[in-house]
Amino acid sequence: MDLTWSVDEEAFRVEVRAWLETELAAWRTRHDDQILSGDTTEGFAQHLDWERTLFDGRYAVVSWPEEYGGRAASRWEWLIFEEEYYRAGGPQRVTQNGIFLLAPTVFEFGNPDQQAHILPRMAAARDLWCQGWSEPNAGSDLASLTCRASRDDERGGWVLDGQKTWTTRGAFCDHLFGLFRTDPESTRHKGLTYLLVPLDLDGVTVRGFGRLDGDEGFAEVFFDGAFVPDDALPGGVVLGGVGEGWSVAMATTSSERGLTLRSPGRFCATADRLVDLYRSRSRHAETLDPGLRDRVVQRWMEAEAYRLQTLQTVTDDAEGRSAGAGSSFVKLWWSELDVSLHETALDILGADAELDGPWSKGWQFALSGPIYAGTNEIQRNIAAERVLGLPRK
Amino acid sequence: MRFAFSDDQLAFRDAVADLLSKECTPEVVRAAWPDGTDGHGARKGEGARAATERVGAVWSALADMGVLGIAVSEANGGLAMTELDWVLLAEETGRHALPHPFVETACVVAPLLDSIGDADEVLGGLVDGSRQAGTMVLGSTNVAWGDSVTYLVDLNLESGVEGRWLARRVKGGLAVGDGPDSRRTLADSVDAGRHVVRLGAWETGSELATGPDAERAFDRGALATAAQLVGLSSRMLDLTVSYVAERRQFGVPVGSQQAVKHKLADVAMKLRFAAPAVYAAAWSMSGGSPEASRSVSTAKALASDAARLAVANCLQCHGAIGYTVEYDLHLYLKRAEALSRAWGDAAWHRRRVAVTLGI
Repeated sequence: MDLTWSVDEEAFRVEVRAWLETELAAWRTRHDDQILSGDTTEGFAQHLDWERTLFDGRYAVVSWPEEYGGRAASRWEWLIFEEEYYRAGGPQRVTQNGIFLLAPTVFEFGNPDQQAHILPRMAAARDLWCQGWSEPNAGSDLASLTCRASRDDERGGWVLDGQKTWTTRGAFCDHLFGLFRTDPESTRHKGLTYLLVPLDLDGVTVRGFGRLDGDEGFAEVFFDGAFVPDDALPGGVVLGGVGEGWSVAMATTSSERGLTLRSPGRFCATADRLVDLYRSRSRHAETLDPGLRDRVVQRWMEAEAYRLQTLQTVTDDAEGRSAGAGSSFVKLWWSELDVSLHETALDILGADAELDGPWSKGWQFALSGPIYAGTNEIQRNIAAERVLGLPRK
Repeated sequence: MRFAFSDDQLAFRDAVADLLSKECTPEVVRAAWPDGTDGHGARKGEGARAATERVGAVWSALADMGVLGIAVSEANGGLAMTELDWVLLAEETGRHALPHPFVETACVVAPLLDSIGDADEVLGGLVDGSRQAGTMVLGSTNVAWGDSVTYLVDLNLESGVEGRWLARRVKGGLAVGDGPDSRRTLADSVDAGRHVVRLGAWETGSELATGPDAERAFDRGALATAAQLVGLSSRMLDLTVSYVAERRQFGVPVGSQQAVKHKLADVAMKLRFAAPAVYAAAWSMSGGSPEASRSVSTAKALASDAARLAVANCLQCHGAIGYTVEYDLHLYLKRAEALSRAWGDAAWHRRRVAVTLGI
C-alpha cells in the first residue's frame, strides 16, 4: 500500500491546477461573470464555449487516447484531474452524457469507423449526445421499452416510432444514443438494438420541459416514422450487433453508476466548501443547531471515505480484480452523500436557505441523484442480489 | 499510488483467519462467558461449559504464531510489524469475536513498552502469551478481561479533545498485581464474554508516556478496534445473508423480499466504505503521517456507525431467532455494541476530526 502520488502525478496536478485557474477566469470574463446554468438555452452556449476551451487545452477527455483528443492519462491522473476540476469550481460538463456514458460503449463495441468519427467530434463538443433510454412506460423497468426500429431494406435504414423521455439536455443536443426494439416479436431484454440517431431527421420532434429546479434540463423525444439511413454516420448507426442492445447498454450503466460519472473529487470539494461555510457562519453559533458541527464532520468523512474507496477500486481494477455489480454501492453512496451535503449546508444557512444561491441550487440538483442512473431502490436490489447473492423475487 | 495489501500481508491474514476459524469457533466464544446465571436468573452462555479449556488455548496458539508480538521489535522477541501489517489480523480477531484482550495487549501496551522502555519487565510475558494487558481509556474505569490482565495502562487526555495525552501505569488496591486476581469481580455486562471488571480503587503510578507516544498508543487502540468492528460487521452480515436465503415465509425465501434486501444492502454499503478508511488509517499510522490521528478517528467513527447499523439490521432481518441465546448472532452483536463505544464512540471521534478541520 502506498497512498502517495508519484513525482509525475504531482507535476500533472500542478499543471492542471494552473491551467484551470487561468482558463476558468478567462471563460468567466468572456461571459461578463454571468455564468448561467448549462441546462438553459443561453447557459448551454456558455458551457459549450467552456467545453471547447477544455478540448483545445486537451483536458476535455484526459483519459482517452491522443488520436481522439485525449492525453492517454492513467486512471490516477484522471482522478487528479477531477479533484482539481471541482476544487477550482469548474462547471458541470454539459457533454458528460456523451463522454461518460456513450463513449465507454463506443470504445468497447464500436467499429473503427464509428470510433474515428464519433469520438473526436464528441470530445471537441462538435456533436452533442443525449441518452434515449427511458420511456413514459419504461423507467426502472427499462426492459419493457416499446420504441420500435423497423428494418427498411429497400431504403437501407431503420424506421423509428415511439417516444423517449427524461432525456437530459435533449433540447440542446443534436444526436441521441438509445435502445430500440428491432424484433417486433421480442419481449424484455431480447430483440433490442443500440442505435445512434441524428436528431435532425424528419419525423423527430424534441420538446424540452422544466425540471424541479426550474431549468429546461429534460426533453421528450418523439419518433413518428423517422427514417435513419444506415450511412447517417460513418460505420453505421448500430452500436454492437442488431438484437444485442441490452448487453451493449449494460456496459454503459456501470460507467454511469460507477465513479466515472461522479468522481470523488466533486464531493470532496463540496465537503471542503461545507466546512468553510460552517466556519464562516459559526460567529452566529447561538442560532445554529448544536448538532450541526457533528453533521458537517460526518459529511466530510463520508466524502473522504468515497475518495479512499475509489483508490481501492482503481487499484483493484488495475490489478484485474473487477468491481462488477459493486458499482451499485458507489451510486448509492455518492447520490445520498450529495443530498446530505447540501441539506447540511441549508441548515447552516437557516432562514436564508430558501433564497436562490449555489447551495439551494445544488440541493435541488442533488435531489435528482437518487432517481437518475437507476433509482436507489433498484440499486439496492442489484447490490443485494448480485453482490450479496440474495434470491431474486 | 496503490491501495491494496501485499501478498505477505494477505498470507498472514489468511493464516490467522484459518487458525481462528478452527480454534475460535462460536462454542469457544460462548465458553468464555462466565458459567451460571446472571443477576436476573437467566443463563447467559448456553453451551458454555463444553469448551472452557479451549478459550485459553486460542491465546497460546496466537502467541505460538507470533501474533502477540506483531508490533514489538525483534530485539524484544517480536515480529516488528507496522499497523499496516497487523490491521487485517485485528479485523480477523473481530470477525471471530476473540474473547481476549488482543487490542490492549498486542496492539497497544506491547508496542508502547517496546518503544518507551520496559521498566516493569513485562513485555516478554505479553509477547509469549503468559501475561495479558488491559487499558482504561478516556476516563472509563471499565477494564475488559479485567480478571486476567496483569498490567494495566490508563490512557487519557489531560483536558478535553485538545488536551495533552497521558499514559500511566495503574496498580495497587484491587487493581492489578502480578497475577490474575479473584477479588476483581466481574461486572454484569451485556457482552459477558468481555469479562469487564469495574475498578473501584487503584493507584496510578508514574507516567509511562506523554504527548505523541501516548497519543500513538491511543490511536493504535482505536484503529485496532475499528478493524475489529469491520470484522464483526462482516460476520453479522454473512450470518444474516445465509439465514434469509434459507428461511422461507409466504412460500419464498425472506431474503427475496425487497424490505430485507434493502436493509442488508445498506449494511454492506456502510461496510464497503468504512473498511477502506480503516486500511488507510493503518497506512497513515505506519508511515507516521501528520494526519494519522485524523485518519484513525475517521476510521473509528465510520466503523462504529457501520457496526451499529449492522447490529440493528442483522437482528431485524433474522426475526425472533436472532433474539435467542442459542443462535450465534448475539455473540457478535453484543461485542460490536461494546466496541462501538470503546476507545471513543463515533461522536467523540467526529469531535476530534472537527478540531483538525478547524471547526
